[in-house]
Formats: sequence, C-alpha cells, structure tokens
Amino acid sequence: MPSIVERDDFGAFFTVLRDMGYEIVGPRVRDSAIVYDRLGSVDDLPIGITDQQDKGFYRLMKRDDRALFGYTVGPHSWKMYLFPPRIRLFTAEMHGNGLSIVGEHYNPKKLAFIGVRACELHAIQIQDRIFLNGAFKDPVYESQRRNIFILAVNCTVSSSTCFCTSMGTGPKVGSGYDVVVTEVLKPRHQFLVDTATAVGDEVLSKVRHREASMEEVEHAMSMVEDNAKAVSMKRSIDTANIKELLYNSYESKRWDDVAERCLACANCTMVCPTCFCSTVEDVLDLKGEHAERWRLWDSCFSDEFTYIHSGSVRRSTAAKYRHWITHKLASWIDQFGTSGCVGCGRCITWCPVGIDITEEVKALQQLNKER
Amino acid sequence: MGSNSSRRRNGRIPKLAVWKFASCDGCQLSLLDLEDELLELADRVEVAYFLEASRAVIKGPYDISLVEGSITTPDDANRIKKVRSVSRYLISIGACATAGGIQALRNFKDVKEFASIVYAKPEYITTLERSTPISEHVKVDLELHGCPVNKYHLLEAISSLLNGKRPNIPSYSVCMECKRAGNVCIMVADGIPCMGPVTRAGCNAICPSYRRGCYSCFGPSESANIASLSKRFMELGVDKGSIVRMFRMFNAYAQQFKEIERLVSI
Repeated sequence: MPSIVERDDFGAFFTVLRDMGYEIVGPRVRDSAIVYDRLGSVDDLPIGITDQQDKGFYRLMKRDDRALFGYTVGPHSWKMYLFPPRIRLFTAEMHGNGLSIVGEHYNPKKLAFIGVRACELHAIQIQDRIFLNGAFKDPVYESQRRNIFILAVNCTVSSSTCFCTSMGTGPKVGSGYDVVVTEVLKPRHQFLVDTATAVGDEVLSKVRHREASMEEVEHAMSMVEDNAKAVSMKRSIDTANIKELLYNSYESKRWDDVAERCLACANCTMVCPTCFCSTVEDVLDLKGEHAERWRLWDSCFSDEFTYIHSGSVRRSTAAKYRHWITHKLASWIDQFGTSGCVGCGRCITWCPVGIDITEEVKALQQLNKER
Repeated sequence: MGSNSSRRRNGRIPKLAVWKFASCDGCQLSLLDLEDELLELADRVEVAYFLEASRAVIKGPYDISLVEGSITTPDDANRIKKVRSVSRYLISIGACATAGGIQALRNFKDVKEFASIVYAKPEYITTLERSTPISEHVKVDLELHGCPVNKYHLLEAISSLLNGKRPNIPSYSVCMECKRAGNVCIMVADGIPCMGPVTRAGCNAICPSYRRGCYSCFGPSESANIASLSKRFMELGVDKGSIVRMFRMFNAYAQQFKEIERLVSI
C-alpha cells in the first residue's frame, strides 16, 4: 500500500539521500527557466512556479499555491548527467619513440535525480537500450547509470507541448524508479509515495510517513488521470502505422516545406532526451607529444555528422529533417524495438522557430492519404 | 621546450608569416594573446614575418601564412597574390579576411560618396568599390572565422598543420555550443532575438552565456536559414530595418548574409 508524506516532511528525502552519499540534482529556477542542477535542499525546488510552453515559446509564471512540482519539463534532460555533453575519453603521451594511451577511469558521483517525470523515465530506459544493451556497452553511461537514485513524480500538470499519452509514456510513471511521488495540494499539501526498489524502501523508511487510505490513493490517482485527459486534448501523434507512414514519405513534398522553416540549428536534437549522437575530437599539443580524445554531443543536423570522402551525405536541410524525424519515429523502432520519441515536447518548445513534430506527422498523414 | 629533433621536420623549423590587409589588427593580437602557448609556438615555428610583433623580417617562402584583413585597394589586390605565391599554406583569419569585414558595408552603397564626405581631398584616395574576402582573390587553404578569431582556433590550425591532422574547426550553429554548455535559450525563454541559430560556432556561445543575443561575429553557419530566422525576429517584434542591421555587421558580405535586404522586403 502506498504511503503519505506530509509536505513538511518532504525535505527529509533530501537529508536522507545526502546522508546516504548522494549528490542531489533536480529542477530549479535559473535564467528564466526550470533547469536541472545541484539542489541544496527542498527549498531550491521551483516552489510555486510553473511554466507556460508553446511552439518556440517558454515562460515562467507564479502559481497561486506553493506546489513543489507544479510545472513540466524544461530545456534540460537527465541525459546531461548520464551522457555528458563533453567528456574526455583518453589521453595519449609520446615518450621517445613509444606511445602510451591512458584510459579514463570514470568515478562518477552517486546522484539522486529528484522529480523525474514519466516521459523522462521512458527516455532513460530508451538510452539504456542504446548504451547498455548492445554488444558494446558505453563505459561513461554505464558507470554513471549504476550510481543513480530516482525519485519520480507523477505529472498532475501538463504543458501545451506535452503529448506523452499518445506515445504511451505518461503522465503516470510506469517503471524504472526507486521512489515515486504524487503531489497533492488539497485538502492538505502532501505526497502519495510508493517505492519499487530496496533502496527506495530504505530511503522511505527514514522519512516520516504513514500508510495512505484508499481515498487518498484514489484522490491522487484521479489527479493524474485528469491530467492524462488534458494532455490527450492538447497534442498527440497518431502512432498507428507510423513506421510505414514515414517510410512511405521518403519523397514527400513536406520535406521542402519544413526545410523552409527549419534552421538546421540542431536545438531539437540537443534538447531531445533520447538523441544519443556524439562525435570525437582529437586535441593535440604543438609538440605532438600529448593528445586527448574528447567526446561531444553531435547532431544529425550538422554537415560534419555525415561527412565522408567527397563530402556530407545529407547536405540539404530537407534531408536532415527527414532523417531526424524518420529515425526518431520509425527506424528507431526497427533498431531498438521502441519509438525514439517519448512525447515530452522539448523539440517543439525549444525550436527557435517552433517546428512541431506532431504537426509534421499530421501533415505527412494528410499527404499520404491524398496519394 | 622540445628537443631539436621534435622541433624540426626535414631539418628545419617551419616558417610562419602573419600578413595584414584592411583590418583592425585584432586577430593578430589574438595570436599574441596566446600568452601561455607563445613560447612553445616560437619553439615550434620560426616567426619569420609578423610586423605586429617584430620588425625583424626573414625572407620567404613561408610554410604557413596567416592573413588578416580584407582586400580594399588595388595595391592590396596585387599584394595578396604575392603573399599567396610565397606561402605553402594560406589561412585567412577573421571576419575581414573571410567575409570582407565591417568595411564591406561599403559594398551595399556608393563608396565614392563616402570618400567625398569623409576626406578633404577624396582625389588622393584610391580604393576599390567593394571590400572582399581573401578567397575572392587567391586560393585559401583554411578559413578561421570570427571577429576576432578564437585564439585557440589559431593554435588548433597551426598545431594541426605541424602534426599532420585535420583541424577541429566547427561550421555548425552556435546553438550546439550553447546547448552543450547547458544554457537556457534566450530566444525561446526571454524572447530576445539571437543570431545563434544561423551563426557558425567557435566562440563557445559567449553572448548567450551572458543572456545576450548572439551578434554573429563568426558569420553564417553551414546551413544558415536567414529567411526563417528573420521571419521569427519579426514575430518577436523586430522591425525590418533592425533585422537588416543585425545581419549587416562584421559578416555583412558573407555569401548567406548579403541577401538579407532583399529577403526581408519580400
């Protein structure tokens, strides 16, 4: 049976996790947005703040309550910790005529992710498939992934850019968390809490809690269900035959239309919680005696990304956008057994010109019908 | 300091020359600004011609020529050909050398009119109608953009040539650097017009990192869509004249930017 933690006791999660050696990261207000960053205490959360999001638009606003999680996802995603934007892979030193390569020892800190949303848990699980399930495991990702505690939050609010319900990823948290909470503001400000792992149980055991009543569980869950209805009303992707739709749209005239708007700036891929592409750069000192190989986030929107002998494979913006959306919604399924899209809406909000993946799919569907 | 054997290839140190055309010297200063690396650089290359640093001149030919500035006079148009002929590798550095610089604003007006207003005796002035990048005159092996160039790009280019590797010089957008840095997009979150989405990376997104819109010091990115960004600026309330002026900066005459006036008037 789930438990109830009163608002005044919620801060104990932070002290308990810190005592267990975790550094706490989670949402906080910085530079006009709710970003993920180190948190000192529960007071660092965006208390009483919400976000208004639309195509190419994000603004913070005050709520008329003191909710801790009364907002949705911002420009950051958890991949910035699990798949860092910039990391050194190895160092090489020249000694006389010999070369020695010194590998990196990744000694990640234990991180507690606070406020992970359902769509984000799906994104982490998708990246798990990419970085951990293949023949080659990514050592950077793996070492950090093993040192994560996840306190997930069921979404009781949504943005206009959210479309998790149609992607089957939210707003209710499914799996992959240690502790999951649902914030209830009325009649009392409290949290419905459930655990899924031994470490989750251990953490909750040190936080003052009591067993929830059936009514309390139903009340909290009805808020999440109401939110699910709200999301469905706002935005969605019809995923029936989505793979075939995109594969059949290879020569669609829609690509030229989107290319007129698309800046090929790569923002969608940077903010996407599942986009996993990287490049490596070798840095060399003047003497040629000390070299370092760095891994950086890359994007299929850069020319360099597909550069081979005689040039880049995808040069036009039309080809780049087609590749991105086709991979995300279609070939990802063939490659990893899941869609690459979790419906978080970041690519819609953070596109400087507000290109909307859900609208593009609808346009492709329309053109496909007309054929 | 490296041993003689590591310094020398084919028994001699590569010769470096730094040339100035129409420019403010800021990019040359960026080279001198490499304070922590200068000694090592001087150990790896012979600084053979660099008037900003020393009046001692060693005869060419030169292995690496860094060329700052744009071509604005008939004399310079001849001189750059000579520079090319004595240089093994020619790298143009900065917005002037790669795009014509701020002085390329003349390209959109009548330069004779300017001369008649600015100079008491305009007949003494011999100038070309347009300020043009080095690549319009001679073959350029590598372009380093920026106003000024990123000094570490200078180091990267020289180091890559010395060590026979491909230089890491990005041509994608500032947005990629900005997002890697974890910045919040100022255009989306604050409604501030920002040139980042059409601007070449290389500055580590310095202006957006301080919550300022990008000025496009590094000029157009590889696939800059200035029509779409201009449309967005208009939606953000920027008038057409201001949009034209945002593109008419250091890289006004860059291929993708010079069409801005025609684009916004459509």
